[in-house]
Formats: sequence, structure tokens, C-alpha cells
Amino acid sequence: MNGSVPIVPTTLFDKLWERHCVETADDGESLLYVDRVIMHERTGGIALDALARRRRAVRRPDQAFCVVDHVVDTEPGRGDATRVPGGTDFIAALRQGAAAFGLRIFDVNDDDQGISHLVSAEQGIALPGLSLVCPDSHTCTLGALGTLAFGIGTSELEHVLATSTLRIAKPATMRVVLNGRPRLDVTAKDLALKLIGTFGAAGAAGAAVEFAGQAVADMGVEERMTLCNMATEFGAATAVVAPDEQVLSSVLATPMAPVPAPVAEWSRLVTDPGAHFDHRAELDAAQVEPQVTWGTSPEHCASVHAAVPPPSGAAARRALAYMALEPGTPLRSVPIDAAFIGSCTNARIGDLRSAATVLAGRRVAPGVAALCVPGSRRVQRTAEAEGLDEVFRAAGFEWREPGCSMCFFAGGETFGSGKRVVSTTNRNFENRQGPGVRTHLASPAVVAASAVHGHIAAPDPV
Amino acid sequence: MVPLTVHSGVAVPLLRANVDTDAIIPSREVRRVSRTGLGDGLFANWRYVDGQTGRPDPEFVLNRPERAGASILLGGPNFGCGSSREYAVWALAEFGIRVIVAPDFGPIFRKNCVANGLLPAGVPMAAVRELAAWSDRDPQHNRLTVDLVAARIKGAGEPVPFDVSRAARIRLLRGLDDIAMTDCRAAAIDAFEAERFAAEPWVRLP
Repeated sequence: MNGSVPIVPTTLFDKLWERHCVETADDGESLLYVDRVIMHERTGGIALDALARRRRAVRRPDQAFCVVDHVVDTEPGRGDATRVPGGTDFIAALRQGAAAFGLRIFDVNDDDQGISHLVSAEQGIALPGLSLVCPDSHTCTLGALGTLAFGIGTSELEHVLATSTLRIAKPATMRVVLNGRPRLDVTAKDLALKLIGTFGAAGAAGAAVEFAGQAVADMGVEERMTLCNMATEFGAATAVVAPDEQVLSSVLATPMAPVPAPVAEWSRLVTDPGAHFDHRAELDAAQVEPQVTWGTSPEHCASVHAAVPPPSGAAARRALAYMALEPGTPLRSVPIDAAFIGSCTNARIGDLRSAATVLAGRRVAPGVAALCVPGSRRVQRTAEAEGLDEVFRAAGFEWREPGCSMCFFAGGETFGSGKRVVSTTNRNFENRQGPGVRTHLASPAVVAASAVHGHIAAPDPV
Repeated sequence: MVPLTVHSGVAVPLLRANVDTDAIIPSREVRRVSRTGLGDGLFANWRYVDGQTGRPDPEFVLNRPERAGASILLGGPNFGCGSSREYAVWALAEFGIRVIVAPDFGPIFRKNCVANGLLPAGVPMAAVRELAAWSDRDPQHNRLTVDLVAARIKGAGEPVPFDVSRAARIRLLRGLDDIAMTDCRAAAIDAFEAERFAAEPWVRLP
């Protein structure tokens, strides 16, 4: 102990919060200092335009970044033209706002363009101990680096740009412990789905989640990003993982890594033993099988080896009707029309390698449309240097340029109404991937195996 | 922002769980770089016969004549989960919704509501169902009255207390603008930033 002053054990989230909390008002709301902001074309242009109309400056233009990812086309040789009606206007508005305020933009064909959360990690925009916001619900992905990251709305974005702060009441804390060592065919995506399936899509009830436990410690940085990415589907305000050696070496390799790096400070970003959490949840990772969703919420998931469960109520009945599935049907017998590999959830290099391992020397089943959209230019370049693009093409996959693509349908590209898609994305909501599209969420390996078999399938035994 | 103190209006129930922001405003209905022009796209997949703005589905609750002019939406658990798109709140507001009553909300959606003068009122599901049942009997006549000062919703019987953060309540009651509020704290922010940069110089980009 430190003399007579008792040290109160503190959670990682509380430490990050304290580093950024300017003040807390009597009404319980805090002003949180924001170190980095990154915005995309779907909302960035509107916020920047609103700021200009207020005759306001971006308070710290050096800390604000723009990226084109949401509605940009993914066909090779693309330009500003989008399949999305009006999409070009969104790109133009962001570009114009970035130029007017002097912000760095990762534009359509920039060498470092990609989905905002991947770009944030690759560039070192997100670093341990920093706070970061982005007008996208999957910003929690960056908690995997020990970044205090929040997804925000457009009005909040405008506020952050004008004031460098976010108005936010401190969320409750929740420790989610993933015990044990998962099977070799089980990925972070499967653990995230199982967690949401077990505790529900609002299981975190707005808390800031810290993921910990043996399975998390064993995960690579990219897998932790997948796990944290899905925290928003768990109802979390955000997620965080204590940065370890591999995180530090990963962020130190980024272009914007500080020199000298505050490594000693970063290594103190851990939860102290005995620190209090408001909520706790545990999962035995060793017992988890590869997962696939059968309904229209990520909580509607089951083992890929299981059957469609009997509906538990009206919501599940409605989901089964939308998905055109009968209870008792073995999931592995469900034929598919399409396979999609992409999104901020599962389009990093490890995801593509995992899928390519399944696809090597094989072909997509007849009648199955298959698409791979790397999450960023860097991922795309690495994959192409390793020859993965050839593996995907030889298997019958289309190989695209980076962007959010078919994770959601903005009026651009869809597999079509009534089509059944196995997808590495994060949301199986009704009509999310296009009107009438039936989405089954799964890991890259399950998606690749399903594409080859023409029905939902487990990856080969390892 | 228009302050909200006491609001009476026709209620409309949409009690299913996990109504996500993609359902509230499908991305394809966001066609212009604008906060407006979104009301017609509200719940497009459910509200129109072919899912596209055009022919309304007469069976969908928002299209029922007895719900005309509805301004209070009764929802289920985890209302507004999913995408952070503020277009969802802009679409609800443009349609005329001022209050959403549900057991709980997506965290970003809840904040987006308050930023636009809409009240997210937290009420346990059983009480939401009771309010809906009373409204169902004669929607145009059995209007709900939401009193933000007292944090109560008046239906048939005893007023139902609802949950709303103190900060959100004050913001809505006064119709305050976030940026104007924070501008009053500019000196504190400047001081905090100067300290942060001094203590952790690496945070500041060259």
C-alpha cells in the first residue's frame, strides 16, 4: 500500500473515463474530452455543413479525419459514381466539408481508404488511452486497442467538432469473462454470437463492457476487434480490452504511432484486482460450437450443428416467418443463395486468410453468388500479396474494392428479395441487406464452408 | 429546439422487441444530404405494401385511420437498437412523433432523441401494454398525456412514472442547444486540454 492513502481498485474503463472527463454536472452528465474524431460520408457532410452554417470552426482540425466507406461503390475501377441513389452527393459533401475545414480525408481511391474502424486502427488514429468518436455504432470495435471509443449521432458529431467534447452520462460497467480455451474451429465471432444469444441483444443494458478471461487473452488483436465490434449488438455503450504486448507492438507499427511511445503509461491500462463492476457475465468458451443465426436479431443464434429452435414467443415466430424456416430443421440442411465476406466485423486479413483456407482448391456450389469485400486497401494489398485474391476468384468469389458494401442496403447492391445469405456481417435485421433478404450471420470460415456446400455448413474439422 | 413540458396525443403501439433503426428508416430511404425529407420513409418496409414509399399497407398500425395524428409511439424492449443513424429520429420527428415510450432503448438512439427534442420515456413492458390496451379501445379519444415536469404518463388509471435521465429531462424541458450549453464551459475545456497535452504530450498530433 501507498502510505496511509488506500488505493481504490479501479476498472480499466474508469481509468480511461477519468483521463478524459473534463467535468461532471449536477445533472449527472459529463463533458468528455475527445482526442480523435473520424467521420464517414453518410453523416460527415451533414455535420460539417451544419457547422459551417453556424459559422463555427472545427475546434481541432488536426484531430479530425474523414473517410469514404458507407455508400462508395466496391466494383474494381470505381469512381464517385454510386449504385446508391444520391450516394455521389454524400461523397461530394464530405469531400467539400473536409476541404473547407482542412481535414485529412481518406478518399475513394486513397491508398489507405477503408472502413472507418479499420482505417482508425491501421493508421494509429485509435491508440491505447485515447478517446475517439465516430458517427457509427460499431466504433466500439476500437476498444480492442484500449481506446475509449463511442459511436455517436450526427448532432453529437457536430458538437464534438465544435467543442472537442462529448456530452455523456457515465455508463455502468460490466465485466464479461470468456473462460477457457475455445475449440480450434471457434472464432471471436462465434463467441460474440453465443454471448448475445445467451444474454440477449440488450444483455449489456447500455453498460461499458470490459472483455476479459483466458479466451480473450489468447485472441489476436484482430479477433478482439471482432469481439468488441459486436458489443453494440449486445446493447453495450462501448467495449474495451486491456491492451497487452501484442496490442502495443501492433499500434507501434502504425504511421501515427507517437515517438517516443508512452509504453509504460499504456501498460497501466488494466483493471486493478478487486475493482468493482456494476454487472458481470461469464461464458465458458470451451463449450461453444461454431454459431449461425436463424432469425432477425443477433440473439437468434444457435450452434451450426443444431436445429432451428422452437419459437419462444411472438418475436421468434415473426422471425421464423421472415426467414422462412421451420422449427426442428437442421441448420446444416438449409440451402443458401449467396455468401458475403466483408464488413467492419470480419474483413481484416485474418478473416480473409481463414476463409481462404476453407476455399483453397474448392469451388462455390452451383447457383451460389459469392462476394468478398476486403475491409481496407491495406487488407486488400496484403491479401493480394499473399495471393488470397486468386484463391477467392478461383473458388468463384467476386473480389472487390474496400467499403461497407452489402453489410447494409442503401439502395445500391443486394442479392435480391427472398434470397438466403450467409454473411460475416453484424446485423441480420429484417431487410438489412436489402428488401426481403434473409441473413444468417456467421464467422468467415462458416460462410466459406457454406458457400462451398451450397447450404449452411460447419468448417471442416481441424 | 422546441421545449417539451406536457404533451397530449394519440398513441400508436408497435410493441415488438428490438425495433432497430434500419426498420425505423431503411438506409435506401436516405437519399439526400439532409435532415429533412425522411418522414415518408419512416418504417417503409412495414408501412407500404411493397416496402417502397408508395402504396400504404392499410393494416399497418401507423396507417390506421384511428391512429391519425399519432405523436406518442409505444414500443417494446431495446427500441432503436442497431445503427447510429440519426435519420431514424429525424424521420420520427418529421412524421410527428414527440414521445417514445418503451422499456429500454438503444444507447445511441436514446441520445439522438434528446438531441432532437424527442422524449425517450422508459416504462416497464407491463405498463406499456396497459397504456396500449387503453389507447386501443378508442385511440382518438383515449389520448395519453405525458408530463415531463412530473415524469408521469396519464392514461386510464394512476399516472405511470417513467424513467428519463435528469440531464435529458432538463434539456428537453428547456429546449436547450447542446453546443450553446457547452460553449459556456469553453474555459474549462481549454484548461483541461492544456493540462492533458502537458501531462501526455503524445496525445497532441504534430
